[in-house]
Amino acid sequence: MASVELDCKGLNCPMPIVRISRAMKELQVGDHLRVEASDPSFQSDIEAWVRKMGHDLKSFEESQGVQKVVLEKRA
Amino acid sequence: MSLTEDEITKLIDRLVEERVSKRLAGVEQDLAALRGMVKQGGGNVPEDRTTLVVFSGELDPLFGAFTIALGSVAMGMEVSMFFTFWGLNALRVSKKYAGKSIGEKMVAAMLPNGPKSVPTSRMNMGGAGPIFFKYLMGQRNVESLPSMIEMAQEMGVRMVACETSMTVMGITREELLPGVEFGGVATYLEDAAKSKVTLFI
Repeated sequence: MASVELDCKGLNCPMPIVRISRAMKELQVGDHLRVEASDPSFQSDIEAWVRKMGHDLKSFEESQGVQKVVLEKRA
Repeated sequence: MSLTEDEITKLIDRLVEERVSKRLAGVEQDLAALRGMVKQGGGNVPEDRTTLVVFSGELDPLFGAFTIALGSVAMGMEVSMFFTFWGLNALRVSKKYAGKSIGEKMVAAMLPNGPKSVPTSRMNMGGAGPIFFKYLMGQRNVESLPSMIEMAQEMGVRMVACETSMTVMGITREELLPGVEFGGVATYLEDAAKSKVTLFI
């Protein structure tokens, strides 16, 4: 089970989800993608994205303007 | 009249069987009718597709159109974009004067060269607006319009230029981005009719 990191800090909508969707395609089911982002709409967008795509949002943390999420590929 | 336990069981079984089959007949009829309805509507079940009409040719609406297009691809959706009238500015890669009528040459001279030089819909201020906005967008690391267009093409967004508006504006196929398709209203409607999201921008 691989764990890949993706830095989306400084990117604005729609680029974080564009990058995440690209990175997710390279992963296998069960793999984790750890993302850091600073886009103000990131929390709402990543939650909508996982609902639509059927992946899992394992965790969400925010500190000092940086949002850290762990995603698990499901399908 | 007295019945044995066995006979009572059989009688109950028979009565239950009769009632159930009577009820089931109705349910089966309804099911058959529903199946027919689903079959008829089968061709109209929307695809997971976003179809955009891009009519405006300024930086801000174009930015919105390409944000939705890229976002849709990221959400696992198919995307079709139909460029008409001013929206064709987004696809323009060159400007040709040779072989055009005087009217067409005038339109060509007045239209922007392409996505790099489109005006803003408000606060254009004779071209100062776009420079200012592009400076702000760059400073805040917002993706530029030309790079969003390039990404959309890479990510398999279907881009169709409207032939009629090209004729009106005197734009030739050679002036538009390679890989763009050409079509009319039926091409748009075919995709729009099966899309979950359709927008006119």
